[in-house]
Formats: sequence, structure tokens, C-alpha cells
Amino acid sequence: MARFLLKRLWHTVFVIIGISAISFFFIHLSGDPVMLMLPGDASHQEIEALRERLGFNAPLYEQYLRFVARALRGDFGESLYYRVPSMSLLVERLPASLELALAAMLIALVVAIPIGIVSAVKRGSLLDTGSMLGALFGLSMPHFWLGIMMILLFSVQLGWLPTSGRGTLAHLIMPAVALGMSLMAMFARLTRSVMLEILNLDYIRTARAKGLRERVVIGKHALKNALIPIVTVAGMQFGFLLGGTVIIETVFAWPGVGRLVIQAIFNRDYPVVQAIVLVLALIFVLINLVVDMVYMYLDPQISYYEEK
Amino acid sequence: MTAKGSILTPSGVKDALLPHLRLLADTLREVARRRSALAGGVLLLVIVGTSIFFPLVYPVDPLEQNLLARFTPPAWQENGTLAYPLGTDNLGRDILARLLYGSRVSLLVGFAAVLVAMVAGILLGLISGYYGGRLDSVIMRIADIFMAYPFMLLTISVIAVLGNSIFNLILVLGLSDWVTYARTIRGSVLSLKKKEFVEASRAIGTRNSVIIYRHILPNVISPLLILGTLRVANIIIWESGLSFLGMGVPPPMPTWGRMLAEGRVYIADAWWLVTLPGVAIMLTILSINLLGDGLRDALDPRLRNL
Repeated sequence: MARFLLKRLWHTVFVIIGISAISFFFIHLSGDPVMLMLPGDASHQEIEALRERLGFNAPLYEQYLRFVARALRGDFGESLYYRVPSMSLLVERLPASLELALAAMLIALVVAIPIGIVSAVKRGSLLDTGSMLGALFGLSMPHFWLGIMMILLFSVQLGWLPTSGRGTLAHLIMPAVALGMSLMAMFARLTRSVMLEILNLDYIRTARAKGLRERVVIGKHALKNALIPIVTVAGMQFGFLLGGTVIIETVFAWPGVGRLVIQAIFNRDYPVVQAIVLVLALIFVLINLVVDMVYMYLDPQISYYEEK
Repeated sequence: MTAKGSILTPSGVKDALLPHLRLLADTLREVARRRSALAGGVLLLVIVGTSIFFPLVYPVDPLEQNLLARFTPPAWQENGTLAYPLGTDNLGRDILARLLYGSRVSLLVGFAAVLVAMVAGILLGLISGYYGGRLDSVIMRIADIFMAYPFMLLTISVIAVLGNSIFNLILVLGLSDWVTYARTIRGSVLSLKKKEFVEASRAIGTRNSVIIYRHILPNVISPLLILGTLRVANIIIWESGLSFLGMGVPPPMPTWGRMLAEGRVYIADAWWLVTLPGVAIMLTILSINLLGDGLRDALDPRLRNL
């Protein structure tokens, strides 16, 4: 157990180092930001002076090491565009993205789990067929298009909800539903299939044979075990969800990390891009680490690194 | 499964091919038995066929502007005209023609990127699983990095650097999607490697490349086929997303994503501009998902109900 944890931690560190190196070298290949920062008629001396000041004249590996040393202290350098520390930009925008991702996840789970359970219990019924057809449509819609369609219906036609911005619950509903729709579909299918499997197991038959009410059998005995894979998948998907806010934030003018990073990439504002890539990757990796550990705790039969 | 005679004689060829053909026919029959899968397959065939052959039936230039006919609604609406069956956009360009050309981009990028991802993933997964050891750890650690790298940001920044040609798009989307295939293949190879028929083959001195090609690959191909089909749907959604952000195939080529982005400005006045391209994407994805689900049921009964 301790050995597994150590190994897993080492992998996590390795992944983070790898990501930092890739994003660093990659972004440096993308061209010289100095030219973008100065007016077009800047003299050669001015360009050189700015390069020197920003440290762009040092060898690439030296720049990378300096970058890592500072990044460890949470310092990703000043945004080339906004002229404020990248980290403070990120810290300012991250809560909005987290709020959106959490809301999407919550909506997806709250709607999908009951649907999945009912579909499994009433397998083959009209409700089951209808829900699974709905889930198929949910999986087949690009989330940004769903967002646009909701704007068309609820904002343009009905005038119920604001089209963009952040602040009230009314602002949150549409982007969160749009972002969460494919997850909702996925969870509904997952819950249904897991429940179908569990409902065939011996202990469920025992519980029924004991004369427990169906409600207790399903709600207590079956659901409890079905939640393990669902929670695992939810954990893993959350990281993807954060990375996936890029487009939906553009659609709804949501002031989160996604819009920030798009602007930063277009502006070649690479301290900001690096900060965002690394922090998102860190969140993703840490969530997976936690999910792994929770999973191991819940199900000790799974032996890790018995290479799957 | 090994052919007895030489593969150079006609009967040898028949012996070698027959089991494969029979398997393929069985699979197709299994898929066709499921109504939803059949519907998906037929729909996809219609979409692919349309995107290839439409100029024969509907030879309209998707770029031709008619400023007098701007914002013509679809034909079934008031003020609509059969000259523009699905209406026109803000420059008076024919929506139907643009949708048809857009389907070529989406389908080409979707299938080609999956092909790139599959080839890369199969190669790395086979090497990783079959040879093991240090090579395996290196490949799997790189896979970890790819998994954790925020995918959307990776593709966007690569496109920002390389430029947004259709070739780059295929390459980037393909190469950032190899991990799932590599992991699937590696898992299957690890379990196959210990099976008697592989060990027997190794014991009689068969070369590694032959073992991989003849014994391992045929046994891992069906999970890959299922995965590949379902990934085409994902890639098409990503392609339209990139296009929506202005990082897809460069203009003036019409793409579904760009049509959505352009139409969004006029959402209050022309609903069809933001609705129709999305319907096109959804129908395409739906057909692929239906077919993929059907393939999974047919090829991998263990995964049924999933």
C-alpha cells in the first residue's frame, strides 16, 4: 500500500514535470512575443533591450530552469499583455470556471442517477427506451451548440434568462446545463448498466428473499454499490470538464479561465498560458490521485500495478 | 487460424482469407440484426454518400454571394424560396451548399484523425505491451502526460503555432488522441502474451513480428474497431469546436463550426443560421454513436448493456 502510494506520487510528479517542459518549449517555439509587445517602429536597440530585460536571450534550458524555480513558488511571471502577475490573473478567473464545472457536474449527477436507476429497474419499458434515446441525443450534441440553442429559446424567444455574463443563478443555469449535458447522458447510461449488473447479484436476491421492500433493496443495497463506479468516473471526468469550459465560456461570455486562455494563446501571452496549463493539469492529476486512493479504499480487491 | 498450404497457391489464399471473411460477414450480420445499429449505419452511409456525390445533384457554389437575397429563410417559411431550400446567410450565400461542403471537412477530419490516432496508438501499444520493460514504462509515462495535458489547450496551442491547415488539424487531433488506443491494445497484449497459443508459437521460434501480426493483432482488432468508431464522433465534435473558435480549417472553406460562429451574431434575426449546422453535426454524431453501440454489442458481448 505504502509502496503503491509512493510510486503513484512519483508518477504524479513526473507527469507535472513533463507537462511543464512540453508547454514551456512548445510555447517558446511559437515565436517571439517581444515583436508583439513593441510598436512596429521600435528600433533594434529597443528590441534587444526588452529581450534582455525579459531574459529571452539566455539559452532555452536556462530559461526553463529559471521558469521551474519560480513556478515552484507559484510565480509564473508577469502577463505580457496585462502586465500583472499571471498567477493573480488565474486566481481571479479560476473560481468562475470551478463554479461552472461544479454546477455542470452536479446537474448531471442529480438528473442522471435517478434516470439510470429507473431505467434499470423498469428495463425495456417505454421510460427506459425513452431515457436511453434521450441519452443518445445528449451524447450526440456538441455542448456549445446546445448552449446556443438554449440562448435562442430562453433568451431570444422567451426572454427568461440572460444571454451572457456571470453573477446570479439565472446566469449559471444555461452554461451549466449545456456543459453538463453529455456527462448527464453518460452517467445515465453508466448508472443503468451498473444497476442492471448489480440487480442480478446473489445478495440482492437474498435481500428480496428476506422480504425486504423493493424500495429498500434498490435504494439501499443496490445503489450503494452502484455509486462506486459512478463516483470514480465523476472524479475522472471533472478534470476534463475544467479543460472543456473553453468553448462554453466563449459562448456565454463567462469570465473564467477558458476565455482567458484563448485570449492568451492568441496574444502569445505565454506566462499566462503556462500558468493555466500547469494549474489545470495539476488539478486533473491530483483529482485522479484522490480518485485512485478512494477507489482502493472502497474496493481492496483491486490490486494496483498488477498491470491491467 | 494459420494457413496450411503456401499463401501463393489459390487454395492457400482461400484458406488464409476464409476465416477472416466469415468473421466479417458474421459481424456485419450481428450488427444488422440490431435495428438501432442498422439505422445508424444506413444514416451514416447516406451522410457520407451525400457528402461525396452531392455536386452531381446540387451544383451550387457555397461561396457565391447574393447581397439582394441576404437572410432568406428556409423554403418552408414565409418569404422562403425554393431557390434557397435552407435559406441564405448574412452575405446571401446558400446554406444548403455550405452545409454540404462543411460535411466534407468534418467527415474527412474525423475519419483521417482517427486513422492517425489508431496507427500511432496501435504501434505504441503493441510495442509497450509486447516488449515490456523500460520501453513500456517510457511509453506509458508519456501516455500519462498526454492524458493530463488539458486536451483542448494542447490542440489550440499547437494550431496557433503550426497554423490551421486541414492537414495540421488532422495531425494534431489524431496525435493527441493515441493514448486510449495504446492503453487498450497494451492491456489486451499483456493478457494474450501469456496464452498458450502465443507461448507455443514463441517456443517453436516464430519471429516476434510474425507473432504480433498473426496472433496478437487479430485478437485485439475488435475493441479497437469499436473504440475507433466512437472516437470519430468525438473528433468531429472537437473539429467543429475548434472551427467555432476560429481555429479550424481556414476560410473561405465552409465548416459547420464556423457557420455556427458566424450565425451567432444574427441569432435574434435568423434562427436557421445557428440551428441548421448544429442539426447537421448532431445527425452525423448520432449515426456514428448508433453504429458504434451496435458494433460493441455485436463484437464484444461482455460489454453489452454498457
